[in-house]
Amino acid sequence: MAEIEIRALRKAFDGAEVLKGVDLTIHDGEFISLVGPSGCGKSTLLRVIAGLEPQSSGEVRIDGASADGVRPSARNLAMVFQSYALYPHLSVFDNIAVPLRMKRLSALERAPFVGRLMPGRRRAERVIRDDVERVAAQLEISPLLKRKPGQLSGGQRQRVAVGRAIVRQPRAFLFDEPLSNLDAKLRVHMRAEIAQLHRQLKTTFIYVTHDQAEAMTMSGRIAVMIGGELIQAGAPAAVYEDPCDIRVAEFVGTPKINAFPGRIRSDGRLETLGHVLHMATPAPEGECRICVRPERIELASQGLLSGTVVHLENLGSEAFVHIGSAGTDAPVVARVNDPSQVPAIGATVGYGFAPEAVRAFDVDGKRIATSIPSRVERPREMAVV
Amino acid sequence: MAPRVPARVFASFRRTGRSQAAYALAAPAFVLMLLMLIGPLAGVIALSFTDYQLGAPAFSWIGLSNYREMFADRVFWISLKNTLTYVAIVVPGAVALGLGVALLIQSGAGLKSWYRTVYFLPVMATLIAMAIVWEFMLHPQFGLVNGLLRAAGLQGHSWLQDRGTALYSLCVIGIWQATGFNMVLFLAGLVSIPKHLYDAAEIDGAEGAWSRFRLVTWPMLGPVTLFVVAISAIRSFQVFDTVQVLTKGGPSKSSEVLIYTMYTEGFEFFRSGYGAAVTVVFLAFVLLLTLLKSALGNREVHYA
Repeated sequence: MAEIEIRALRKAFDGAEVLKGVDLTIHDGEFISLVGPSGCGKSTLLRVIAGLEPQSSGEVRIDGASADGVRPSARNLAMVFQSYALYPHLSVFDNIAVPLRMKRLSALERAPFVGRLMPGRRRAERVIRDDVERVAAQLEISPLLKRKPGQLSGGQRQRVAVGRAIVRQPRAFLFDEPLSNLDAKLRVHMRAEIAQLHRQLKTTFIYVTHDQAEAMTMSGRIAVMIGGELIQAGAPAAVYEDPCDIRVAEFVGTPKINAFPGRIRSDGRLETLGHVLHMATPAPEGECRICVRPERIELASQGLLSGTVVHLENLGSEAFVHIGSAGTDAPVVARVNDPSQVPAIGATVGYGFAPEAVRAFDVDGKRIATSIPSRVERPREMAVV
Repeated sequence: MAPRVPARVFASFRRTGRSQAAYALAAPAFVLMLLMLIGPLAGVIALSFTDYQLGAPAFSWIGLSNYREMFADRVFWISLKNTLTYVAIVVPGAVALGLGVALLIQSGAGLKSWYRTVYFLPVMATLIAMAIVWEFMLHPQFGLVNGLLRAAGLQGHSWLQDRGTALYSLCVIGIWQATGFNMVLFLAGLVSIPKHLYDAAEIDGAEGAWSRFRLVTWPMLGPVTLFVVAISAIRSFQVFDTVQVLTKGGPSKSSEVLIYTMYTEGFEFFRSGYGAAVTVVFLAFVLLLTLLKSALGNREVHYA
């Protein structure tokens, strides 16, 4: 159990700045995901928290105490690696027992041959065996204890790696993309298991992933990192609904949010593709981006905008219609909840969206506050179909 | 192929056809092995049962006489004992030093390639030429080694001329020569150890260099170590150049080794048959080492 505070953390490798001043407080017992595209510095941040990498400046505090100069094992954080990092020459039992042996046995007791003769060793080994077997039972890997990692499947190795992490009862768990080496089906299954594990252990979980779906489904809070900066942290739904930056809006959610070129008029109204939206903003006049999630795009024969269907993705339970239209760089994606109702490729369709669905961003990508003027005043100016 | 041929005939045709093709495809490799490996080996073994002398027009089969003579010969036993002593000193020395140097180079920050080159030089240099350099270095009067000893206030020694030190001096040269080669193999092995295992070890509490070595480096180097030990052992069994150049097996047979015995018997006394018998003993040891390596290799190799 630990509260971890990260303050103004910077990290540079050979002059290249990977972390550009990250501030984050991770609460005790929280499941937080650090999510972002590859190369955004999320793994580096995790390694700095673990103590595997020293920071260039800034501070990591664990339970109020500065962790600077504290060795990784002394921080008492457990880490699960993407590649599992199991010791291939040790059996599953010994793999899980490593952290306990390192902690509880002296160097002399661990030594080969001589160690057996040390008086306290046998008793310590018995306790270690009980602990390992308890964890193995919890993770349902008891029948595998005698095997070597090479004889295990990806999912089993994953469990062993988790076992090695939980056996020492650390203050917090650090996961570095632990599911990316698993196949899609197992990944979804392990998501649920890790979330369940968190409910059981009630310990702080810090989970790094590039897969926003993983982050959204498992964690209580997600922290979106882009280009070495932490852009936004919050509950998954809040980040999804209320992104503070266009990069966050584009990263979170699949398919990607639709972005239309827009303009803020001098009277504070927003317009896109020649249509004035029923929205107002206090932001100054200029260019902007009008973003709408695919599920908020509504297809209609007489829409505000129109385009040609260029591609269809039918997922069975839902379908995505890609509409190529003049004025947008990428096709506009719309979700259709009933796949039997999708238009044919090549068909011309109209589409629109409600003003509530719009998230507007300025040229720097920052979110613009918008409001919807009361419809009573201007009943005829509907932006929507 | 005619479609009306009964299936049975067709199948049998295919079967014989396949085995003929298999033999034909295996033939080049088999012929090469026969010519270059099995043939000469059989020749040497056959030769060891004859009294053939190099250049002689005729020879006769004398059965096990060569072996009887050899096992009764004091020089052969001295030679065998010296060879085993040499192997027993050079193998651990060269393996440990090679590993140590590799670990130091790997953990060092700069000048890696410079150190690699320096330690690899003895491997690339011709040992005969290097042996002459060593001869000068070990010279009792004006050699560098004795010079250094004298400068340190110690007494010099006739390293290669003393029965007590000749073989051990050769061992030192052997270690010097083999270390670089072993170092390169160990370096390759060290590079291939996944970095995340060290991270895991660090997280798990293996903080000192020694515990990391015990937990990760040494086990992960298992296959390389086995290979290095086997190669070093086989190469030290073959020690000849330094003996030939520096001591000629002397003084009074104190540095006589198997291959040198074989050489003198076969090419100085022209007793090819007897030389072949010595060679067979040598081959038996090499075969034993190879078998040992493959037996251990199957057990000790770990794959992630």
